[in-house]
Formats: sequence, structure tokens, C-alpha cells
Amino acid sequence: MTYFPEEVVEHIFDFLESHRHRNTVSTVCKAWYRVERLSRRSVFVGNCYAVRPERVVVRFPGVRSLSVKGKPHFADFNLVPHDWGGFALPWIEAFARGCPGLEELRLKRMVVSDESLELLARSFPNFKVLVLVSCEGFSTDGLAAIATHCRVLRELDLQENEVEDRGPQWLSCFPDSCTSLVSLNFACLKGDVNAGALERLVARCPNIRTLRLNRAVSVDSLSKILARAPHLVDLGTGSFTMDHRAEAYHRLMNNFTKCKSLKSLSGFWDASPRCLPAVYPICRNLTGLNLSYAPAIQGADLIKLIRLCLKLQRLWVLDCIGDKGLAVVASTCKELQELRVFPSDVCGAGTAVVTEEGLVAISSGCPKLNSLLYFCHQMTNAALITIAKNCPHFTRFRLCILDPGKPDPVTNQPLDEGFGAIVQSCKDLRRLSLSGLLTDQVFLYIGMYAECLEMLSIAFAGDSDKGMMYVLNGCKNMRKLEIRDSPFGDAALLEDVGKYETMRSLWMSSCDITLRGCKTLAAKMPRLNVEVINERDESDEMEENPSDLHRVEKMYVYRTVAGPRNDAPDFVWTL
Amino acid sequence: MEGEATYVSDLDNLKATELRLGLPGTDAPEKPTPASPRGSKRALLAADEECQSKSKSLGADSSGQEAAPVAKAQVVGWPPIRSYRKNSFQARKAEEEAAGLFVKVSMDGAPYLRKIDLKVYEGYKELRKALENLFKCFSLGELSGMEGCNGSEYAITYEDKDGDWMLVGDVPWEMFISSCKRLRIMSGSEARGMRSSP
Repeated sequence: MTYFPEEVVEHIFDFLESHRHRNTVSTVCKAWYRVERLSRRSVFVGNCYAVRPERVVVRFPGVRSLSVKGKPHFADFNLVPHDWGGFALPWIEAFARGCPGLEELRLKRMVVSDESLELLARSFPNFKVLVLVSCEGFSTDGLAAIATHCRVLRELDLQENEVEDRGPQWLSCFPDSCTSLVSLNFACLKGDVNAGALERLVARCPNIRTLRLNRAVSVDSLSKILARAPHLVDLGTGSFTMDHRAEAYHRLMNNFTKCKSLKSLSGFWDASPRCLPAVYPICRNLTGLNLSYAPAIQGADLIKLIRLCLKLQRLWVLDCIGDKGLAVVASTCKELQELRVFPSDVCGAGTAVVTEEGLVAISSGCPKLNSLLYFCHQMTNAALITIAKNCPHFTRFRLCILDPGKPDPVTNQPLDEGFGAIVQSCKDLRRLSLSGLLTDQVFLYIGMYAECLEMLSIAFAGDSDKGMMYVLNGCKNMRKLEIRDSPFGDAALLEDVGKYETMRSLWMSSCDITLRGCKTLAAKMPRLNVEVINERDESDEMEENPSDLHRVEKMYVYRTVAGPRNDAPDFVWTL
Repeated sequence: MEGEATYVSDLDNLKATELRLGLPGTDAPEKPTPASPRGSKRALLAADEECQSKSKSLGADSSGQEAAPVAKAQVVGWPPIRSYRKNSFQARKAEEEAAGLFVKVSMDGAPYLRKIDLKVYEGYKELRKALENLFKCFSLGELSGMEGCNGSEYAITYEDKDGDWMLVGDVPWEMFISSCKRLRIMSGSEARGMRSSP
């Protein structure tokens, strides 16, 4: 194969779409390594501390698109202290120096400062796409810098970030010459925006297809925007608060009717049920609907809306939809692929909740379902077994029974058999989250059957070290394992230390591992960073030199070629 | 469930596995073994805050449902919902709770309107008394609209979230104040017309 000229090899590599395949071919021989690295346009770094940014730049000088993830997943639930790390600046600095052709940057769970955004905005003349998911550390001033300096910006996508509001002027920083926007999502911003600036921006960007407004955008503005951009495909509606009898409402409904391309709706922050009919005209074309931030839409109104959405593929709702509502989804949305049902405390007295019944109905009505996130009050083994039979195509199955450690309410048994059925039936399962009462048995099943499993989340489960060992021994493709409040100790941790080099990371909190176990692991595996996170509190129970027998509250282990990180705060000990 | 111990179906031991809050400095009560501290104090304090906000919402919602087990509110980071989502709901709740529920009150024939805060009243009786006081200078007489008594000259009505005019007193108080946008004390003839329609 090395007799082929390099251009041909490079051309062949163009057909390799996944990172994994490109990584693989780069290990075949030196020639291929060279061709691959010079022609690589897109790099994905699953853990920002696994490799130094400079090294990425040196190896792949032609990169156009970079994705980096920072904090461990459990940071989403406040289990990782605030200043643990995950800074974007070193990445932006390294690329600014060595790879100024960068066009796209996607960051998840990272700390992004205004300074980083300014540097980003000024350093990459061809910069087109910025996606920030669950990030923090920046304000609207940083956004202003992006708007001002990124001349050919196509996408600015802010998903669920904590952004400090420093005023609405950032939006006005898009120059009049900016006409390239295709996607703008600022739904997570809490502050006001300048309505006029927004409307003008939308009007001068003929290619805009995704627009997600924040809560501050009024219905009046929304109406005007729809009138100017009837070719929108994905819309976040803003607050959607209005008097349903007023002129504004009728205008809005009219404008919605003109949006023939609209496929996805979200927002509805303050929507009252009487305003929903405004969107009825476009419901039958919808493939995506997110009502999970609209607690006022429930019961009959919600059901009425859903009955119109025959082509729905992705649905996010609150649990006040109830089992009855889910039955309606099951009978209406035959194309459903992804369902997320979130818990709500705010639905008010006497509202429905969801149980295993709702999910069973969905499974029998929606055979294409492959991705699930389901918060419920109870689940039974019988239901899970039925669901497993009805829906063998799950790739992501996340079940959260709200009461930790709750057994099957009918039989009072653990849910081992139910989850066992899921992993046995769903051969393509890549992601699984467990809940309810579970013994070591469920892990035996997971180790035996879940061959494709890449990510497993465990909470309040298992009886002994054996549970964790079953998983580590069985799941060949495991990449991310996160465990909390489960009785796994040093024996399980040290059972197969080499395994962790085949994985991206392991998180364990409130388990039974000790400092000695962590130190042993660190000593045996120099290419792992073993981080012990010790949050100090007022009484300072934690002495400066705790004994090795001391139980470790939080540990994060990840493979790395970068060595121990130099930006760890004091409460993080890299052993 | 504690960080160890097999599940014991024995109801007596259920108490032993129950998560409890304690003030800093007190013993964590009835933990099965002393070798497994339930987590740092910070976790307890954080759980305490969560518990307070949770129990507020539990208090508001629990009238219709079975009382959700309070134990679940004490666990940090549970249920596993992104903080962004949690914060956006809590912020909204806080908004609703902090703002008083001021609604305009108009009375047919009176030259000006009044405003009252519905949150300060415990029920319909208090509301009626307050309205009588507000408008007594216009010689109201007895206000009806509560128990459907005849013969009075006025009826108290309200505009609900959907924009419909309803007679005050039909729904539970909590439901009333969450949907009432304004009040109107309707005069005799109109009021009678309202009540006599089927």
C-alpha cells in the first residue's frame, strides 16, 4: 500500500468519516501516519486533560474543526466543585499560535472566560462555528467580541450555559455587513436583548435556519421575526406569553402558517395553554418538540397539541404529561425515536406523574424508539421486560427512578431482572443509566450482555466489589464509567488496573475506596491521572496528611499522555 | 441507601438506611457503621438548602399527591438533573413566591379601583371581609358571591387566566389565587343575570 502516491492515500482517507477510523489508520505505518495527520480536518478531544493542546496543534496543523470536553459528566449535578478546572483558554491560545485556520470550535462543560472569547474572535479570520454546551465563566461581553470580530460567523449556538448578563448590546455588535448567520441560539441568556437589533439581524441573514430566542423576547418580536424569516427550520419561541384574544396572537398564528419549513420547536417558557393554538398550523410537520421548560402546558391542552404531531421523532416533556399523555404519544407519534421525560416540582397540585405504565405504552406504540431519558416514580421488572421486548433498538437507555434504591413496588424485588432484560435485548446499547434497587446481579448481566456499552452511570446500586468487577471484566467497549453512592472498594478498583487505559475515565464518589487504593492505582499506572477531590469544610475534618485508610469521597481517574495537570486547584490531589 | 450493606427487606432496618439530616456537630443518627461517614459537611449543608427549597415546593404541591418521601430531597445531586434546568425552575418559583399577588378590584359604580394582595388572605371569608372594608364607603351592604346566597345586591367575580369571568368561591382557595387576574364586584342586575343562567 505504500506504493500509492500520497495524494491517493489521502483521498482514500477522505472517505473515513469517524475519528476512530482515522485514528486506526494512522497507526498502520509511518507514511500513513504522516498522510493522515496532515490531512486531518477535524479533531475530537473527549477529555481536555488527556493531551496537551500544543501537541494536538503540532500533530494536526491543518485542523479546521475542534471539539473539546472538560469536566466529568457528574459536574452537571453539582458533584464536582466549582473551580475544578476544564479551562478553554489554553486550547484557544495554542490554536491561535499554531493553527490560525481554525473554523469551528465546540466546547462542552468547560470554563470559558471573556478573555478566551476575545482571543478566539481575533485570532481566526475564517472562524465560522462556535458551540458552547454547559459551559460557564463568560458574560455577554465575550459574546459581543465574537459578534464584532467574526466576519464570516455561521453558527453561534449556546446551549444551557451559565452566562453573566452585562446588557443587551452584544447583539447589536453584529455589523451590518454580517449576513452569514445560519444558526443563532441564545435561549440560555437571562437578560434582555434589543428587539430592533434582533429583527434587523434576522432580516439581513437570508440563510438563517435555526433561531432559538431567550425568555426576554416578546411575542411581538417573535411575530415580526417569523414574518421576515419564514424559511426557519428550528425555532425557540422565547417566552410565548400573550393574551390569546389580542391582535398579536392572531398575527402570530398567521405568521406561523407561513413557516412551511419549520421542523423543530422549543422554548414556550411562560406559555399559557390558551396560546398554543397559534402553533397548530405547523404541528403536522414537526419532527422535534421540546416542552420541557413549559410547566403550564399540561393535561388536555398538551394532549391536544401532541395529537397533531404525527411526524414527531424527538419529544422532550415534563412528567406532568402523565401516563395518559404518554399513551396519546404512543398512539400518535409512530415515528418517535427519542423521548425525554423530565421531573417537575412546579406543575402544581394534583398533576399527573409518570410510572412504568407510560413507558410500556410508549414502547408498544413507538417501535423506532432508540433513545430514552425517563424520570419516573416507580418501575417494575415486568414493565422493563416488556419494554425490552418491544424496543430492541435502544442505543441510549437512561432510567431514573426518583426515589433512590426503590424496589419493584409490585414484587418488592430489586430491578436486576428488568435491566438484565434490557441489556440482553438491546444489542446496540451504548449508554445506560441505572436506578432503583439493584444488587450485584444486574452487573453480572451487564458484563455478560452489554457488549457495545460505552457509558454506564451507577447510583445507589450493588452489594459488593463483585458488582463493579463484573462490569470491568465484561464490557469490552466501556469508555466512561461513573459511580456514586455504591459499595465498591479498593478490591474492585484494583482488580484490573490496565482496563482504565482502555477507557476515557472513571468517576467514583461516595463509594468505599480508600486513599491507599487510589495511591496504589496511581503507582501502578503512570499514564493515568488519579485525582482525589477533597473539599475542605469549616471544621477541617481533613488533616493535611490523612491516613491511607481514609475513605476517599471523590475520585476521578483518566488516561492521559499529558501527565499531571498544572492547573489543579488545592483541593484536587493528583496522586 | 448507604454506601454499603445489602438491601434488607426487614422493615425495621429500613429506618437504619434512611437518610437523615443533622445539624453540624450532632451525631449522624442511626448509621449502620461508624466507618462510613455520609459525606462531608458541605454535602449536608448543600443538601439542607436543597431540602428547604424542595420542601417548599413539596408543601405547595403535595395536597393533590401522596406526600413524596422527604428523604429524597436530602441527597446532593439527586435526581440527576442539570443545574441549568434546576436553576431555571427554582428561579421561576422564587419569582412567583416573592412577588405579591396584587390584583385590581373594580366595583360597578365606584369612581376608582383598588388593588389588593391575594397572598395575605387565608381564604374566601377573609377576602370578602377585606373587600367589604375597601368599598364600604360606597355603601355595599352584604357581599354575596360566596355561598350563593340570594337577595344581596352584589356578586364578586374574577377574571381567570383564560380570560373568562367566574364567580368567586367555586374552586379551592389555592387554585383561585393562582388563576385570578383581577376582581370585579358586579352590581345587582348583572349579577343576577350571571347566576340565573344554567
